[in-house]
Amino acid sequence: MADLRSNFIGIKSPNPFWLASAPPTDKEYNVRRAYEAGWGGVVWKTLGMEGPPVVNVNGPRYGVIHGADRRVLGLNNIELITDRPLEVNLREIKQVKRDWPDRALVISLMVPCDEDSWKSILAAIEDTGADGVELNFGCPHGMSERGMGSAVGQVPEYIEMVTRWVKQYSRMPCIVKLTPNITDVRKPAEAAKRGGADAVSLINTINSITSVDLDLYAPQPTIDGKGAHGGYCGPAVKPIALNMVAEIARSPATRGLPISGIGGVTTWRDAAEFLALGAGNVQVCTAAMTYGFKVVQEMISGLGEYLDDKGMALSDLIGRAVPNVTDWQFLNLNYTTKAQIDPGLCIKCGRCYAACEDTSHQAIAMLPGRVFEVKDDECVACNLCIDVCPVEDCITMRELVPGTTDPRTGRKIETFANWTTHPNNPMAKAAE
Amino acid sequence: MTNSPLTPGLAAARLPAQAIAAGFSDHDPALQPHEAAVAADRCYFCYDAPCVTACPTGIDIPLFIRQIATDTAQAAAQTILSSNILGGMCARVCPTETLCEGACVREEAEGKPVEIGRLQRYATDRAMDMPQPFARAPETGKRVAVVGAGPAGLACAHRLAMHGHQVTVYEARPKPGGLNEFGIAAYKATEQFAAREVEWLLGIGGIRIQTDTALGRDIALDGLAADFDAVFLGVGLGAVNDPGLGAAHPALRDAVDFIAELRQTADLSALPVGRDVVVIGGGMTAVDAAVQSRLLGAENVTIVYRRAQDRMSASHHEQDHATASGVRIRTNATPVALHDTPAGPEIEFAYTQDGPQGLERLAETFRLRADQVLSAIGQRLSPLPWGLAQESGKIAVTGPGRTSRAGVWAGGDCTGAGEDLTVSAVAQGRDAAEDIHAYLMGADHG
Repeated sequence: MADLRSNFIGIKSPNPFWLASAPPTDKEYNVRRAYEAGWGGVVWKTLGMEGPPVVNVNGPRYGVIHGADRRVLGLNNIELITDRPLEVNLREIKQVKRDWPDRALVISLMVPCDEDSWKSILAAIEDTGADGVELNFGCPHGMSERGMGSAVGQVPEYIEMVTRWVKQYSRMPCIVKLTPNITDVRKPAEAAKRGGADAVSLINTINSITSVDLDLYAPQPTIDGKGAHGGYCGPAVKPIALNMVAEIARSPATRGLPISGIGGVTTWRDAAEFLALGAGNVQVCTAAMTYGFKVVQEMISGLGEYLDDKGMALSDLIGRAVPNVTDWQFLNLNYTTKAQIDPGLCIKCGRCYAACEDTSHQAIAMLPGRVFEVKDDECVACNLCIDVCPVEDCITMRELVPGTTDPRTGRKIETFANWTTHPNNPMAKAAE
Repeated sequence: MTNSPLTPGLAAARLPAQAIAAGFSDHDPALQPHEAAVAADRCYFCYDAPCVTACPTGIDIPLFIRQIATDTAQAAAQTILSSNILGGMCARVCPTETLCEGACVREEAEGKPVEIGRLQRYATDRAMDMPQPFARAPETGKRVAVVGAGPAGLACAHRLAMHGHQVTVYEARPKPGGLNEFGIAAYKATEQFAAREVEWLLGIGGIRIQTDTALGRDIALDGLAADFDAVFLGVGLGAVNDPGLGAAHPALRDAVDFIAELRQTADLSALPVGRDVVVIGGGMTAVDAAVQSRLLGAENVTIVYRRAQDRMSASHHEQDHATASGVRIRTNATPVALHDTPAGPEIEFAYTQDGPQGLERLAETFRLRADQVLSAIGQRLSPLPWGLAQESGKIAVTGPGRTSRAGVWAGGDCTGAGEDLTVSAVAQGRDAAEDIHAYLMGADHG
């Protein structure tokens, strides 16, 4: 099987699958079991400053969005950083790292936004043997109210400042974990880079209310009749995370900055997508919290099989899709496809018809015997029929090559042309 | 001495009372909430769904399943019952594999349809514990006679009552319910479900049921036509076909009677059944009679059908249920004679085959021991319609159950319109009621 060994900013691990800083990595017991299950590394749940630890709510901490069959699509949490004493965590980290030297162990940190606090926590972790630090600038609830977590991550100047302190007072590789609760993720990433970060990791969780208790009229999870926003994660946030990873990977200002991809990685395929968009490794939380540590075994075998099938090394996959991420204005407007329905695979549910007829372009005909057929002269190739079809590959897109006539427009399909040169674009550049 | 399946002749209590009770308990128990949620999640909410098309009463199945999935089972029940007021019974007795579930796209996709019947029961069971959700329209002053308190008559009466008409239902038997009460296997409708459903249905008001009143014996069609503004006949099929075994033999019995007696027997341990039982026929009645004989403790139960197995009208599901219950199914054999031997009665069958002129009887025969021969070879209308035009031995109807006589409608098994299914009878009763309503109100305003 393909060699999955990973070297992320000098931190080595037997595979690129790390557990993210979160409840699964809160203590020695969990981390040992995670390593036994096969995880390549962990980011130890965020440590705070010395002294009385934070306290968590004693009611429910998580909210959930379910898909069919109560499949977990998204989790929301209002848990804070570790609520265990600093010295206990440090002792356990040291012990675990000594017993598992081949696995990555990164410590997540969050202390108040002043130089002394950072200097002292970095000194405290100095001799744990950990491989690096991750700065938690992402936690969007509770800690942010105290000027930490995403309160720092939302101010690029603070990110740069703290990162600089960390690089000044520690020899460890430094990963800056970014919050998605901002307008343009490139700005905090640039700040981290300016501050000297070795990498960024993203995304942390998204501000969210998962549901409302319709008897109590309160957000869930509900604590004594009240609810506060939490941080959303899981499969539902993957598209947001992928986009943010890609933005950093392709931005001239941050291109080449190593990225640890986080956000809804549930299967090897999700991981491969993050890697293809420029992540050097991935971090996982919700999948483990839903299915247990064993899920990593499918990720390992799946990624290995994929790389073998492609005849690629892990390093070949990283960033491979980045050149193909572009802006809308550069998309080829002459690229023309038509949906086609395979009657042999069709189970006649008619969902494509309902979607197209009611909400799209009236481009599917329902013939006697519940035979569904695409009307090429109406189809704009929007893809909605494919998205709602329950059967994979029953509906596919067929490309019309340049030179053929699009039955919808009656015009011959031309070669490449995008919006920048389109006659309808008032800003079009002359195509001379 | 206690009896056992080996006790010769007819005997009661062949099995311990607990075994009989277990056999006759709910054979397809209700879904629990978790099971219902999982089952409901499988529905694709199809466009113009094939399951709805396949349902004789046209229940909006995707909608009611979505209502279950979103935890509003009461709304789901309302969706079902507004199309089929006997949706509870139909959930139990419909041959769903040939109707809604047979048409389910997941049957085509995976060979495993959404469990529509069981989901329907899940929703309707909840409704049965609540007051009837339909209200009557203001009193119209019109009076309608419904003959027969089976599925067709009850569905018709309910819809008429909803429209504000006064309905009198005449029922020949001592209890309402028709085949739901007397004709189907006990384990399909346990805990007096048929009776409870009728009581629940009557909660709408405006319906009076007069039992022990038979058309042609106690009342006449002319009299009803004179006394009421309209008449609906849902009389079912009162007579059974003759198996052609000559003079009455003590071992020979009509399967419909056998099932009716069983359904009305409070203590099934007191009901005698043969050690060797032979059921003649290939439909659901044959299966119900055969399986219940086994459950009473008969040692050998054989269904003998005159044609090939693929011609049996009992669904595959029913046939599988029979064989899984230990019933043997023999095909291509037709009864020719009953013999008394020193060891007990025997029934003789001739082998058959399909030929150019139809079914041919072969010379070779075989015999089966038969302490009981239950004949389930179909029913017919008796007496022949009261001056009404008929078709294939049944009351001829056009459109929504109109007979040849103005002011008289008919539906259910006594007409030739349906497939002799509860659900078809309900649809016909309901549709006739709508037509009667239009007729009655049109007479006022037109």
